[in-house]
Parts: sequence; structure tokens; C-alpha cells
Amino acid sequence: MSAAAHTHDHAHDHAHDHHEPGFIAKYIFSTDHKTIGIQYAISGLLFLLFGFFLMLLMRWSIAYPGQPIPGFQIINSIPGVSWVFNEMIGRWAPGGVVNGELYNMLGAMHGTIMVFLGIVPLGFAGFVNFVMPLQIGTIDMAFPRLNMWSYWLFFVSGVGMLASFFLGTGSVQTGWTMYSPLASTTSLAVTNIWMHGHTWWLLSMVFNISASLLGSVNVITTIINLRAKGLTWMRMPFFCWAMFIVAFLLLLAFPPLEVAALLQLSDRVFGSSFFLPTGLMEGGQHLDISGGGSPLLYQHLFWFLAHPEVYVLILPAFAILAEVIPANTRRPLWGYKAMVYAGLTLGFLSFLVWAHHMYLTGMGTMMSTYFQITTVLISVPSVILLTCLMISLWGGSIRFTPQMLFASAFLPMFGIGGLTGLPLAFTFIDLALHDTYYVIGHFHYVVAPGTIFGLFAGVYHWYPKATGRIMNDFLGKLHFWPSLVGMNLIFAPMFIQGMGGFHRRWYDGGKYFEQTSSVSNWFTELTSGVFGLFGMNVPNNLLGLNVLITFGAIILMLGQVPFILNFWLSIKGGKKVKNDNPWDCTTLEWATPTPPPHGNFTFDIVAVRGPYEYSVPGVNQDFFPQWESSPGKAAEPSAVPAAPAAAHHH
Amino acid sequence: MSISDINIPFGITQNASEHGGLVDHMLGFVHWFMLVLFIGWSAFLVYVFWKYRASNNAAADYHGVRGHATTHIEIGVVIVEAILLLGFAFPLWSHQADEYPTSADTIKMRALGEKFLWNFQYPGNDLMLSTWKLAGVTPSNVTGRELNDPNGKDDFVNPGTMKLPVGRPVIVDVASKDVIHNLALTPMRSAQDACPGVKAHMWFKPVKTGTWDIICGQLCGPGHAQMKAVLEVVTPKEFEDWSKEMSAGAKAKNDTAAAAPAAAPAAH
Repeated sequence: MSAAAHTHDHAHDHAHDHHEPGFIAKYIFSTDHKTIGIQYAISGLLFLLFGFFLMLLMRWSIAYPGQPIPGFQIINSIPGVSWVFNEMIGRWAPGGVVNGELYNMLGAMHGTIMVFLGIVPLGFAGFVNFVMPLQIGTIDMAFPRLNMWSYWLFFVSGVGMLASFFLGTGSVQTGWTMYSPLASTTSLAVTNIWMHGHTWWLLSMVFNISASLLGSVNVITTIINLRAKGLTWMRMPFFCWAMFIVAFLLLLAFPPLEVAALLQLSDRVFGSSFFLPTGLMEGGQHLDISGGGSPLLYQHLFWFLAHPEVYVLILPAFAILAEVIPANTRRPLWGYKAMVYAGLTLGFLSFLVWAHHMYLTGMGTMMSTYFQITTVLISVPSVILLTCLMISLWGGSIRFTPQMLFASAFLPMFGIGGLTGLPLAFTFIDLALHDTYYVIGHFHYVVAPGTIFGLFAGVYHWYPKATGRIMNDFLGKLHFWPSLVGMNLIFAPMFIQGMGGFHRRWYDGGKYFEQTSSVSNWFTELTSGVFGLFGMNVPNNLLGLNVLITFGAIILMLGQVPFILNFWLSIKGGKKVKNDNPWDCTTLEWATPTPPPHGNFTFDIVAVRGPYEYSVPGVNQDFFPQWESSPGKAAEPSAVPAAPAAAHHH
Repeated sequence: MSISDINIPFGITQNASEHGGLVDHMLGFVHWFMLVLFIGWSAFLVYVFWKYRASNNAAADYHGVRGHATTHIEIGVVIVEAILLLGFAFPLWSHQADEYPTSADTIKMRALGEKFLWNFQYPGNDLMLSTWKLAGVTPSNVTGRELNDPNGKDDFVNPGTMKLPVGRPVIVDVASKDVIHNLALTPMRSAQDACPGVKAHMWFKPVKTGTWDIICGQLCGPGHAQMKAVLEVVTPKEFEDWSKEMSAGAKAKNDTAAAAPAAAPAAH
């Protein structure tokens, strides 16, 4: 009890200085950055779970094409649930069997949801909103009301995407990339074009992008203007630097996609031909269109966003690791400055590589030379970031908390993702590997056991600041190990399938391409043999790997149960934090009461040193917070000379 | 043992084209590089996780690594990447993209994708392929052949199967009628997007006889997973006989059709 009292003794006095808002203003239409961060994070987690559920249905169809989804009958017999399930998915699956149409819906929505409604809202919006203002020592974002609008626009986009499942046409089924002409001409016969899954996807994306723009302007303004006294640019934690870069990527890369979405909508709704060439056919008929448009223009606009988007997905994970690793190794981040410059370089280069997604469109030598150079160049800052995090471990005293386990696994997992990108950087090799499962394995290693592990680390790390309680350590480990095993069982076999010529987006998992899928090798023999030990008959060829991957997905699913329990139960049942800084960290967010009240800080906070001063020689504790003049004593604002870089503080 | 042997345990599919050996060689080189880096990283991680765990090392070291080893590794990575670009990627791609075969025995053909099949147009006995346009496609003229082009009189279309002779280079015009497809010939280490409105090409030279799947490598709709065609590489003699017969049949049919007034181009 005394620890709890110690935690809050100044918080309560301070709360009187602010008007505590009512329930709706506090928890729903809140302008407080912490509430908005938590809203974004929980929405993102739920969408990740939903996107994963869609993938489980897809993996079932891939491993067992033509067989009914397990539990289909049971779901259909639960009142209420059966209606929702049937309207969303069931009516597209006659007898519970996934067909090409449903698979393409699931695939398009899996990609869209994971990227735009899962990882970005959690990794960027969730963490940046909750952590960044605390970490730069300010009371809120620069534009709190804009921030609230950002979340609610995002919310509308999420509702729109989910609602599109219930439309007569079902949700969109043309890949998360929405390439024209496929996206423009699929189910063209629908009379009410406004009630079409594709239209709803485009409109939802317009909301989503608008939400991102509001968020990114806010983050940029806040970081530039509202840093605490003494928090110079080079005293700012790498977390804020990485999020600052991400905000610029969102600000500059998203508008071209918004334009592309509107032009594609116009092709659909108003009969224009921005992306439709002369003479285009559909269903054996020439379409009645003016023509003269270019499908390649759409691809350029799409990838001009979608490549920087990759770094929007990955930089938040680096941001989180840059905090979790020093805190759990008890030593400074190695190469902080190199990481900042590498991050800025990465952000800049990410705008120059987009057409490496288009190597097979018929690119000439000049274009391909340019994009191969930029693509290889961007690997240099990526390797610097990863190397700095790995070198940071050297000489540490590593505490394997759940967040550190996830951070530790991120390093080799992201390493595999990065390395397997290397062959794909070259047009000549791309002739063999383009759009095969090799590519799927590559980018999922980057974003699944890569980014998502980073995000999990962040959840475990900052959960105590948000709730005042620590997530259960044992459940955390029970979450980590099955996740690690599951992820690798899912994505490693994909390299073997890709090398064997398996291409993506086959709802029957390649069964139809018998000549390709009947190939066996040592890995398929091993897979078949191991399943055989358990009495399961799995084909001794590349199709057998589909079963292995689906099993991996089931293990991954089971591994999320401890996390979900831990996340919700620890709010009330977790171990209470011993003080406001339970991990003995150095950055400013740990100087706030726990959880931080409206307005955050109870004293005028100043930063007097760099962000990662752990195990400083001559200091009698292994962390030396940014805000302390001597261990345990907060620095006086007057002690900090007004640095030109530090802006005024409200 | 050759460099590309490392691709075998990764399950690489059989190569059957002339330039495919170079693709595999370059991929092998990259895979070795990746393997070395991955083993290096893994060994490092296993060591530090064991050596610097809290129970083994109670006090952390403020300074950590002090030497320049990481800089040297980083420079090493950059050098290997430069070699990959300058020594492999640029010359190989430039050979593939700019130096199309010109020898007299080159086969020029067209692959026109539609949901969910491939039409293969062959040049016939004159070895000359007709021009075409998307707007000219009709039910009776599935590849939109320019009907007035004399080169096209003996051209024939073979849907679903791409038959080729071993040992002769082939240039394929790749296009589509409706949505974007991709003519993926993995054993030939070749693939090309078939995009409506884009005139794209690819070339390769089969060096092995055999039968393989032709895969559509770009999402094209609900039937995408079943958009299969067959790649059949046969002996030159077998190909010649087949081509002559098909070409003669097509010419006879075209001559008859030209005589009849009804065979006008489509209204569109």
C-alpha cells in the first residue's frame, strides 16, 4: 500500500488544477492524447485479430481445398452469431467451402485490415499518441481536437470496411493493391454502384487517409514545437525520431493514393477512363468507355504510397525496440546518432524505390537500373538500424522480460525478412521469384515476426504506465514461445514453396497446378514424415507444406489466447507497479504519475541529459533519468540554460 | 560444387532455359551472402544472449563495443552489394532487356491473356507475326489480328498450350484483353506482366524438352488459381511438323473467310 501511496501522492493534488472531463468526454470523444492513443491501440489490436481470423479461413482453404470450414455448422447454429457470420462470409461459402470469390475477398481484406487498420493504427497512431507527448514532456498534442477527429475518421473507415462485407456484392475481392482494370471492371453489372464493395473500400480509404493526415500533421507540429525545456533534438529518444520520420512519410506518401482512389472511383462511378485503355474487354465484350487511360499509372500512384508505407509499418517497431532494449540491457543505445541519421536517410530513400514492385511490367534498362540502385541503397540504413540494436546488447545485463523476449526475437526475424528482400531487389532474379511465395515469406517476416513482435514488446513495456499494473510474466512467456514457433512454421516453408514456383493468391493452394505442386524435396519429405509420426497423412510434396503452414497458423492462434487474457485481466488483476518508473527507465514518460492524469506532469519537467544514460560510471544506480540533476532529484527548470532548439513549454 | 547448388536445399525448381543458369547463379551468389550474414548474426545473438544475461552479468558496461568492427562489416556489406549491382544485376538485365535475339531461327509469337486462359498466336510458315489491336478482338479473331496484314494470313492460334522447339530462341509479345495477368514460366526463369494497353515482350531459349505448368502470376479474378496453360518444349522436328500443319490449316481457313463478304471487322 505504501508503494501505491507513494505513486500517487502528488497526482491527486495536481488533478485539481485541471477540469476532469465527464465520462463521454473522457473515454469516448476525448481530446486527451493518452485516451486517443489507447483507443487507437485497442482498435488496432482488434483489427489485427480480425485480419488474422480472415487469414485462418484462407489457410484452411489452401491446406484443405474443397472441404468445409471446421465449425461452420456450429457457428451457423448459434443465434445472432450465425446471422453475422452468414452475411459476412457464410453466404459466399456454399456448404462451408471457400471458393475463389470468397478467398479473394478474404485476401483483399486481410491485406487492407492488417496494414491500414491494424499495424498503422496500433504501431504508429496508438504508440505515438500515448508515448510521444509524455516522452517529450508536454501536456498534450499540439492540436488535441484534430487528434480526436483523426481517431473518429479512422473509426469511420474501419466501420466502412467491415460494413462492406454486408453489401450485396460482398466486400472487395481484387487484392489489397486494387490494381486497375481488375478493380475497375469486376462485377461491373452491379446497378447501384454506391452499394458496391469496391466503392466502399475506396471511400473508407479516403477516410483512413484523412485520419492519417490529421495525425501526421499533429505529430510533426508537436515534436517540433512542444518539446520540454532542455530536450534538444539530440536528446530526444529515438522513439520520437522514428515516429517523426513516419509522420513525414504518411504526410507525403498518402495523398497520391487518395488521388488514385478518387480517380479509380471516378472510372467506376462517372465512366471516366483514367486507368482504362482503349478497347478494354470484360466478359468477352468491348467496354463502352472512352479509353486511353493507363493501368500502369495506377500502379505508380499506388506504390508511391505503398512502398513508404512499408517503412511506416517497420519504423514504429524500431522506435519501440530503441526504448525496450536499453531498458532491459541496462546500457545505452549503441549508435544513437547513427540510428537517427540512418532513419532520416531511410525515410528519404523510401520515396525513391516504389517501382521495384513493378519490375515485371516491362521496364527498360534505364528505369530498372535506377530502381535497383535505390533499392540496394536503402538496405544500407536498414542494416545500420538493425546492427545498432544488436550491438546495443553487447556488455548489457539482459533482463528477459516478455517485452525483451519479443524485442530479442525481432532481431533475427527482421533479419530474415531483410535478407530475403535482397534477391528480390534485382530484376534479373525477380524473373524467377516475382509474386511467388518467396515474396510472401519475405514481407511477412518483416511485418509479422518483425513489426508485430516489436508492437507486442511495446504493449508489455508501456502497459504499466497506462494502467498502473504490470502484465503477467508467465502468460507473457506463454504468449511469446508459441508465437515464435508459429510464425516460423508459417513463413519459413513459404521460401521453399516460392523457390518451387508457387505463386500467391491461389485459393486451392496450388492443387490445380499439378506439375508444379507434385514436386518433393528433403523439406517436404521431412514434413510428411513428421506428420506421419502422429498418424497424419500429409502429401509428400509441396502441397504438404500447405498443411504445415496451416498448423503453424493454428499454433499462432493458440499463442494469442494468453495475450488476450493477460491484456484484459491485468487491468484489474495485474501486479501493481512499485512506483511511477517500474522498469527503472530514463526517458521523460516515466516521470509522470501512473497512470498520467489529464495534463500529464505534476512538476515543470526539464531534460538535462541524453535519453539512454544507463549504467553511467560513477552514478550509484544503473539508470540516470533525463529529468534528474542528481539521482533521485528532479532538475530545476532554472538549471537549464534556454537552448535555442528547445521551444516554449505550455 | 557450383555456387548455385545452394539453391537446391531451398527447393529451386528445375531450370530449362539458356539464361536461367545465370539467374540461378546470381541467386546462388546472393543466397551464400545471405547465409553468411545470417549465420554471423545468429552466432552473435546466441553469444550475447548467453553471455550478457542478467544472471551471468549483473552490471552492464556503459561503453559496450568500442572497436570499428561494425563499420568494417557495414563497408563489407556495401562492397558485396556493389558487386551484385555492377557485376551481375546491370549487365545481366541489360542483356535480357536490350539484346533480343535476331537470328533467323528466332520464333516470334504472341501470348494474349484473358480471364482465365492464354491464347498463343504463332507466326506460321512465313515466320512473321501479324500486328494486332485490342479493339480488333472478336469471337472469331481471338487475338485481334490485323486482318489486312499479309503476315497474319498463315498465323494460327493455339489456346492453352505453348508449344516450342528446344534450342531455338523465342520472343513472346505479352498482352491482355481484360485485366492484368502475368505469363509466369518458372522453369524458363521468365515472367512478364500482361497488361491491357501495354505492349510488352519477353524472350528466352529453351534448352530442355519437357512439359511444365504455365502459371498466371497476377491476381485476375475468382478463376486466378485455375488459370493454367501448358508449356511444351519438343524437338525441332516435332515442332516444325506441327507448326506447318497448323499454319496450312489457318491459311486455308483465312482464304475462305476472305472470299466471303460477311467477314467484316467488328463494329467496335
